[in-house]
Amino acid sequence: MKAFRIIGRNIRDSFKSVFRNFALSLASVSSITITLIVVAISLVLTYNVNHTAEIMADNIEIVVFLEKGITEEGIASVDEQILSLENLETHIYKSKSEIAEEYMGESEVFAAIMATWDEEENPLQDTFIVKVSDTNLISDTADEITEIEGVVAVNYGKGMVEQLLGFFEIIKNGSILAVGALILVTAFLISNTIKITIFSRRKEIDIMRLVGASNINIKIPFILEGLFLGIIGAIIPIGLTIYGYYRLYDFDLSAIMPILELVPPTPFVYLISGILLAIGVGVGTFGSWRAVRKHLKI
Amino acid sequence: MSLIKLTKVKKVYKSGVVAVQELNLTINKGEFVFVIGSTGCGKSTLIKMLYREEKPTSGSIVLGGIEVSKLRNSKVFKIRRKIGVVFQDFKLLERATVYENVAFALEIFGLPKGEIHHRVIKSLELVGLKNRSKNYPNQLAGGEQQRVAIARAIINGPKLLICDEPTGNLDEDTSKEILSVLEEINKLGTTIVMVTHDRDIVRRMNKRVILMDAGRVLKDYKEGEFANESI
Repeated sequence: MKAFRIIGRNIRDSFKSVFRNFALSLASVSSITITLIVVAISLVLTYNVNHTAEIMADNIEIVVFLEKGITEEGIASVDEQILSLENLETHIYKSKSEIAEEYMGESEVFAAIMATWDEEENPLQDTFIVKVSDTNLISDTADEITEIEGVVAVNYGKGMVEQLLGFFEIIKNGSILAVGALILVTAFLISNTIKITIFSRRKEIDIMRLVGASNINIKIPFILEGLFLGIIGAIIPIGLTIYGYYRLYDFDLSAIMPILELVPPTPFVYLISGILLAIGVGVGTFGSWRAVRKHLKI
Repeated sequence: MSLIKLTKVKKVYKSGVVAVQELNLTINKGEFVFVIGSTGCGKSTLIKMLYREEKPTSGSIVLGGIEVSKLRNSKVFKIRRKIGVVFQDFKLLERATVYENVAFALEIFGLPKGEIHHRVIKSLELVGLKNRSKNYPNQLAGGEQQRVAIARAIINGPKLLICDEPTGNLDEDTSKEILSVLEEINKLGTTIVMVTHDRDIVRRMNKRVILMDAGRVLKDYKEGEFANESI
């Protein structure tokens, strides 16, 4: 009971102090809010870039073109050698007539032209469609396939895929760096707020010491104050994340960014909200703990 | 039975100033002791060491069985809970009422509201301020503010009450009032150690008087002995 009363009193005092030093608290809360909004944007961006990258990686294929007029045995031999590749996930064979049929199904113009070809005139080539298990090694695997007898060429969008994955990596790392720097700045700002609170309450602290308050008794209200600033600062970013992401998900982005595949909002937004709250609480508590440790030498 | 025992206590500040040296002193339970002496004689350092605001450079200070000089900073609160301290400048919270100022000393320990109320009222009654409990310090006269500080200092039922020039800012009549409050508290069993410049008060009270000079005890007057001194 006694412990609950002490905790209750500490919470009440910390809350009072947040409003007593309103201008300072507002500065800290605004700083946390801005930081967390940037954090939220970065997290949403990073998660979605990763998600899209994963989907893209799943869909990357190597198209293996076989020699014109390759024999049944030749195809079987290529098939066997592809099967022996280490980085192989799946592979399927598509004859030139199957491909022609696919094209004819997709476009009426194609269908009209292709209808005039017979088996001999079909300019398309027999192919294997290969999916790899590790897209980072796709270039090596493609080279290995090129070496196989009966293969004339391979195509997997060389250059473009690497560039896109590299671009995603830059976005991810840039976000982490920006978020890290902002969190650090905010922690210092909170530390400063608590430092000023400590100085403005020197007399109270002296009296507390005189009447026999333990160090923990004195320190806890200040640390709780930082924690409250963190929680208050997280409210707006969490609200914005939940509302904003649902709106974004409902909005048709495919016209602007056709390759972007958004992560479904539930439970994603709640995960992001949890992270934001944790960062708010962490930054607030760390900032005030630092100030208490440095300026409350008791 | 002794409450305070100082043996060969020496205090040298970082600046090199020797504030107290070769100090041997015993104060018994229930005593009312004045500590007097000129400015810089070491009387303030002495009482600061008693409530462990300062640590002696050497020697031993035993208070109620606890070796105060060896107490770690993080454990100082243990001794502070057994003593009350009153200052010349009252040290009251301006934004809190008289009641809140006194209750403050109990709230930090998590006492139930009912018990806090009972003890605050009892303490305010003892110093004669029960009817001013809702006032703020700036609505009170100097003597009344000091009585609030005394009420706060005694609320935990301390064994020892240390008073550092409690009448320094007060006129003669108000000082008398404060002294009569302190005497009342002393009669209830609390040992009182009071530092003062006011020799008239000391003469009138007829208590034990410790005269300090250059960091040592120059003379230790028993009850009634100081009344005829002309210093």
